[in-house]
Amino acid sequence: MAWKLPHERLEKKFEDKKPLYTKAEALVEAHRCLFCHDAPCIKSCATAIDIPGFIKQIAHGNMRGAAHTILSANMLGASCAQVCPVEVMCAGSCVLNDLNETPIAIGRLQRYATTEGLRDEVQSQRKLFTPRPAVGKKVALIGSGPASLACAGYLALAGVKAVVFERDELPGGLNTTGVAPYKLVSDDALREVGWILSHGVELKCGVALGKDITVDQLLDDYDAVFLGLGLGRDRSLGIPGEDADGVWGATFLIRAIKHHASFTIGEHVRQIAVVGAGNTAIDIARELAELTAAEVIMVYRRSRGHMSGYAHEMKQATQSGVRFMENARPVAIESADGQVTGLRVAVPEGSYTVPCQWVVQAVGQERIAATMDLGVAFDSHGRIVADEHRRTSHPRVYAGGDCVNGGREVVNAAADGRIAAYAMLASWGLDY
Amino acid sequence: MADLSMDMCGIKSPNPFWLASAPPANSGEQVMRAFDAGWGGAVWKTLGEPIVNVSSRFGSIDYQGSRIAGFNNIELITDRPLETNFKEIAEVKKKYPKHAVVVSLMVETKEEWRDIIKRSEDAGADGLELNFGCPHGMCERGMGSSVGQEPSVLERITSWVMEYANVPVLVKLTPNIGDILDPGRAAVRGGADGLSLINTIKSLMGVDLDRMVPMPRVGDASTNGGYCGPAVKPIALHMVAALARDPKVKIPISGIGGISNWRDAAEFMALGATTVQVCTAVMHYGYRIVEDMIDGLSRFLDERGLARANQLVGMAIPNYLEWGQLDLNYRVVADINAETCIGCQLCYVACQDGAHQCIHLGTTPCQAYHGAHDHAQSVRLLEDPVAHDPLHAHKPRVPWVDEDECVGCNLCALVCPVEGCITMREIPHDAGRESWNERVAKSR
Ligand SMILES: Cc1cc2nc3c(=O)[nH]c(=O)nc-3n(C[C@H](O)[C@H](O)[C@H](O)COP(=O)(O)OP(=O)(O)OC[C@H]3O[C@@H](n4cnc5c(N)ncnc54)[C@H](O)[C@@H]3O)c2cc1C
Ligand SMILES: Cc1cc2nc3c(=O)[nH]c(=O)nc-3n(C[C@H](O)[C@H](O)[C@H](O)COP(=O)(O)O)c2cc1C
Ligand code: SF4
Ligand code: SF4
Ligand code: SF4
Repeated sequence: MAWKLPHERLEKKFEDKKPLYTKAEALVEAHRCLFCHDAPCIKSCATAIDIPGFIKQIAHGNMRGAAHTILSANMLGASCAQVCPVEVMCAGSCVLNDLNETPIAIGRLQRYATTEGLRDEVQSQRKLFTPRPAVGKKVALIGSGPASLACAGYLALAGVKAVVFERDELPGGLNTTGVAPYKLVSDDALREVGWILSHGVELKCGVALGKDITVDQLLDDYDAVFLGLGLGRDRSLGIPGEDADGVWGATFLIRAIKHHASFTIGEHVRQIAVVGAGNTAIDIARELAELTAAEVIMVYRRSRGHMSGYAHEMKQATQSGVRFMENARPVAIESADGQVTGLRVAVPEGSYTVPCQWVVQAVGQERIAATMDLGVAFDSHGRIVADEHRRTSHPRVYAGGDCVNGGREVVNAAADGRIAAYAMLASWGLDY
Repeated sequence: MADLSMDMCGIKSPNPFWLASAPPANSGEQVMRAFDAGWGGAVWKTLGEPIVNVSSRFGSIDYQGSRIAGFNNIELITDRPLETNFKEIAEVKKKYPKHAVVVSLMVETKEEWRDIIKRSEDAGADGLELNFGCPHGMCERGMGSSVGQEPSVLERITSWVMEYANVPVLVKLTPNIGDILDPGRAAVRGGADGLSLINTIKSLMGVDLDRMVPMPRVGDASTNGGYCGPAVKPIALHMVAALARDPKVKIPISGIGGISNWRDAAEFMALGATTVQVCTAVMHYGYRIVEDMIDGLSRFLDERGLARANQLVGMAIPNYLEWGQLDLNYRVVADINAETCIGCQLCYVACQDGAHQCIHLGTTPCQAYHGAHDHAQSVRLLEDPVAHDPLHAHKPRVPWVDEDECVGCNLCALVCPVEGCITMREIPHDAGRESWNERVAKSR
C-alpha cells in the first residue's frame, strides 16, 4: 500500500511491551489453556472469538486455522491482539485467575496466530478467506476506523461492493493515529488495513462527509450507508490561558508523536501536567514519561477511586514514572511571554500552582457526529442511536464504534462492524 | 534412615537404583560418573558382535508442552570393540567393588555364549543379563526379541548360559508378546536366577508429514524402533506384577520401564521389583536424578516405618486381584468442592460426553432423570426440564453431581484441573462384600 509515514518518528523510540511470542513460547502458553466448556473468556470478548478453539489450534500447530478462527469473528483480530485491554476482558475472566495462576495470555497468543497465519498467507500465496462472487449490492462506509473496516471486510467477503470514505490521508482511524506505540505501531495498523482492503474493499482517502459528500447523496448510489465516524477533536477545559504555547490536546499530541517527522519535545520542558484520568490521559502521560526526562504528573479533579482509566494501565504508567495528583481541579493556565509556566489548581484546602511548561488536556473528545446533518437520531450525549443490529433511525443507515457507544475500545468497534454487516446481509436475504 | 541396600539373587548393590543397559551405561567413564552420582548398579550396554549404528536414532513424543512423554530408538547393541568394553568393566569393578556391574549380552551360537560369558566373568561382572528383548535390528538376525518371543528358544538359550555361567543370570524380557507369563516361566525353566523387564515396545514414533517419512528419519526413510519412557510405565508395571504374583515364577525381578523418580521406583517395588533400572529419564535429565530417588525413597520408607527397602518389595501384590474378585458392592460418587472449583466445566463436558450424563450446570434446567440410581439403564429423559438452584449462589458456574446417577467412574476427578477439588466419596452400605466370582458361584 502506498501510505507513507516519515522514517524518523518519535513513535519508533518505544519498546514493544508485549512482543511477538516465539513458537516455543506460544506452545507453552497454549498448552496451559484448559479448554473450558462455555468458556468465560469468550463471553468477555465483544467479538466472541472462539478463544479455546484457536488456542487449541495453536497447540496443535494449525496456525492458519487459528488465524482463520480469530479473523472470522474479528476482522481486526490482529490489532485487537495488541491493543485490547485483555486484563479487563478475556484474560480478566479466565478461570485460571481463580486458581491463583497467571491467566492465559490470550492477546499474545492471538498476536502469534494472526501474525503466523498472515505470514503464511503471503508465503504460500493462498488467502485465508476467499470473497464470494458479487451479489450486486453496494455499501458506502464513512470513516476508515475499526468499525467501518470490520463492516467493509465482512461485506466484501460476502460479495458486497464496499467503498470506504475517509477524510484523512491515512486510513485506520485511531488504530493508526491514537493507540499507544508500545502496543501497536502505525505501520502494523496500516498493514492490517491493507489486508482488509485486499479482499476487494475500496478506499477513498481525503473525502469528508459533510464537505465532499452527504448521506443523502450516498443513499442514492448505495444500498446502505455505514457511519463509523468515531469521535471528534480533543475537548478543552474551558479555563483561562488555554491559548498559550505549550497547551495541547491529548490525541493531537499523540498523533504528532506517532506521525510527525519534525516533532520533538524541547529541553525546556521539564514538567508536564496531564489533565484527566481516563485511558487517553494515562496513555499520553506514560508516553511522555518514557520519551522525555520531564516529570509527568496527572492532575485529576476527583479522587483516585473515581478514575475511569484502567487500574492495570495506571500501574504500568506509575512504573514508568508518572505521578498522580487527585482532588485537584484546574482553574487556570499561567503563562509568561505566551509560554506556559504553570497550572493553577483548586484543592480542598485552597489553591496553588503546579509549575509546568506543558499542559496536556485529556478530558475527552467532542461528539462530532451530532454536529453534522446526518438524518439520523442522536441521544442526549450526542451519540448516534442504533439498535442491536446497529441500524439507526434511518432504515438504510447503520452506525457503529465510538460514534455510537461514546468511546470504548477497538474490539467494540470491530464487533459493531460485523454485526452491522451481517444485519445488512440478512435484510437483503443474503447469507454470511 | 532406612537401609536401601539390595541383594538381587546374589548381586549386591548399595541401593536398588541401576542404570538400564542403554546409552547411559555405554562406557566405563560414564558408569563411574553415575556411581559417583549415587547409582547403585549399572547394566552395561549390551555386548555382542560389534555392529554399525545409523544416524539419526531417537524419536520422542511431546505431550502438551512436556518434552519426551515417550521415547523411541532404533539403536542396536554396543558399537564399540569388545576388548575396550571388557577393559573398562574391569576398571570400574576395581574402583567400585561395592557397586553392581551387570553385563548385558546378546550373541547367537552356543560357542559365542560360552566365550562371551567367560570374558565377562574374567572382567569382573557381578552378574549377566541376557538381552532377549531388543525389538529392532537384532531380532531380524535371530537375536533379541525374536528369542524373547519364542518361549522354547528362550528356555534353551537360557539353559546354555546356565551351563557356563558362574555369576547370577538375569533374563531380560520383551513386552512384545501376548502373555508375559509365557517367556517368564520359560526363563525359570531354563534356570534363570532373575528377570529384568520390560525392554522396549515395538513402535513407529510418528510421521514427518512434509516429507512423508516416519520418524526418526534416516535419510529418506525410517524403521520401527523400541518405545520407552514415562508413557510405558503402566504397561511395565502390569508385566512386573503379573510375574511377581505368579506361583511358577518366584525369582527376583528387576523392574524397568518409564521410571523417572522415587515414586515410580517405589511403585515398581511395591508390585514386586527388587531393583529398578532407568534409561530414558537419565537420557533426559542426567545421572543426578538419582539423588532424589535415594532421598525420596528413604524418607518414604521412614514414614512407613520400614527399616529396609526390601520390605517394600511386593507389598501391594496381595491387593492386585482379578476383576472377578473385586467387590461389586463398593460404591463411590463424585463430590465437587464448590469452594475450590474454578468453574471451567471440564467435568461437566467429560461426564456428559464421556461418562454417564450426571453432572449438571448450576442453573440450567435439565431433563435428566434424578430418581433412584439405575445406571445400568440408558439415560432417561424427563418431559419437563427441572430447574436447579446453583450449588453456590455466588459461584453460578460450579456444576453439581446427581449422586443417584453417578457410577463413580472417576472421569470427572481425572479431568478436573484443580488439585483435590473433585473427590470420590464412599457410599456406606451394609450389603457386605460380594465379587462377581462369588455371585456366579452362588447362582450355580
Ligand atoms: C488515545 C487513544 C488511545 C486508545 N487506545 C486504545 C487501546 O489501547 N485499545 C483499544 O482497544 N482502544 C483504544 N482506544 C479506543 C479506540 O481507538 C476506539 O474505540 C476505536 O478506534 C473506535 O473505532 P471507530 O472506527 O469507531 O472510530 P475511529 O477509530 O475514531 O475512526 C473514525 C474514522 O472516521 C474518520 N472520519 C471522521 N469524520 C469523518 C468524516 N466527516 N468524513 C470522513 N471520515 C471521517 C476519522 O478520520 C477516522 O479515521 C484509544 C483511543 C484513544 C483516543
Ligand atoms: C537408546 C536406547 C538404547 C537401548 N539399548 C539397549 C540395549 O543395548 N540393551 C538392552 O537390553 N536394552 C536397551 N534399551 C532398553 C532399555 O534398557 C530399557 O529397557 C528401556 O529403555 C525401558 O526403560 P526406560 O523407560 O527407563 O527407558 C535401550 C533403550 C534406549 C532408549
Ligand atoms: S477461560 Fe482461560 S483456561 Fe478457560 S478456555 Fe478461556 S483462556 Fe482457556
Ligand atoms: S464419577 Fe463418572 S459418572 Fe460420576 S460424576 Fe464423575 S464422570 Fe460422571
Ligand atoms: S472440572 Fe473441577 S474446577 Fe472445573 S468445573 Fe468441574 S469441579 Fe470445577
